[in-house]
Amino acid sequence: MDITRKASAGTVQSSDLMVFVEPASTLEVDIESTVKQQFEGLIRERVMANLARLGVSHGRLRISDRGALDYAIDARIETALRRAAVKMETSEVVP
Amino acid sequence: MESELKLRRSLLYVPGNMPSMLQNVSIFDADAVQLDLEDAVPLAEKDAARILVRKFLDGYTKRRQEVFVRINGLDTSYAEDDLREILPARPDGIRLPKADTPEVVEHLDTLLTEFEESHNVPLGHFKIIPSIETAYAVLHVFDVARASDRIVALAFGAEDYTASMEIQRTKGGEELFTARNHVLWAAKASGVQAIDSIFADVDDVEGLRRETELVKKLGFIGKSLVNPRQIEIVHDIFRPQQDEIDYALEVMEAISRARELGTGVISLRGRMVDAPVVKRAARMLKTAVSMGLVAEDAVDLSDEMIHGVL
Repeated sequence: MDITRKASAGTVQSSDLMVFVEPASTLEVDIESTVKQQFEGLIRERVMANLARLGVSHGRLRISDRGALDYAIDARIETALRRAAVKMETSEVVP
Repeated sequence: MESELKLRRSLLYVPGNMPSMLQNVSIFDADAVQLDLEDAVPLAEKDAARILVRKFLDGYTKRRQEVFVRINGLDTSYAEDDLREILPARPDGIRLPKADTPEVVEHLDTLLTEFEESHNVPLGHFKIIPSIETAYAVLHVFDVARASDRIVALAFGAEDYTASMEIQRTKGGEELFTARNHVLWAAKASGVQAIDSIFADVDDVEGLRRETELVKKLGFIGKSLVNPRQIEIVHDIFRPQQDEIDYALEVMEAISRARELGTGVISLRGRMVDAPVVKRAARMLKTAVSMGLVAEDAVDLSDEMIHGVL
């Protein structure tokens, strides 16, 4: 499943994040966060779980996080990917 | 009966596209929250808000208050997408804006029924609170109130109502008096609750207090709120006061004596106690019991006691 165009989702408010996606031949995930030192690993895990759930294997994602909780990360990634016209394979919740 | 006893003093709006507000829902003491996909969300973010609300509700499993979602009006292209996204997360109900006609409510009822049938949700799970917020709606509110068994309350929306009347909303509220009464008559005649409009000036605590006291006198049992700071004031006003509780208990005791004497009327402190007085006292005491202000076994609120042996 490919990301077919550039898209973004989210806001710059606290407890939120911005997600930027664009087409690419490989899968790249770049994370900036106000809590990067403590939580980059967990955020990355969450992002990757969402990409797997939504069947995305190619694309460039840039995450700019301002302390978002998991549900907001899930929501903003899904919104950005839907906007990038990624066809959903499933709408199940990330376990 | 469920609708009569459920506390809905405070229905707090929470913007649907703000994680910082959504994630505080679990600490708000409001009787209900209304997660807003309509006026608080710009058109370009409708998709983002409904996904955010869905994800939030999926994770908010131990809910401490009723959860309603205010969808976009059924006359917009957003409403059905709103429902498709958020119904699987099982909110308690839908706050329906611009409920101008019974047909609009019937349409929503049909959509909710279709979802319940296809997703194995008990029929009637999703409740409806229609917003009465235009001159047209005020004129049709009784028909709207009876359009669906899912309706638990009618909510008056003064901001949109005054816009539809091309007038300014004032803090005195004189311009709202007749419309509020129309909503109240329809609610009381249909056996559902009546919820008053928001009070937008969050810093004006006295103004909120005055307006809430006024609408309580008129017959509303709750208000929609725009800020969690308003919850405590509104609860304080809608809480039955101790002197009201004491008097109601005296009324029930008096009518109990009357029943023993085989009559339905008796004097209490020089004032007549008869059926309407008893009904009013019993209704207030039921609210007090449900709020834990009076012990359940402290007073007999059976139909026999309230209405006399049939």
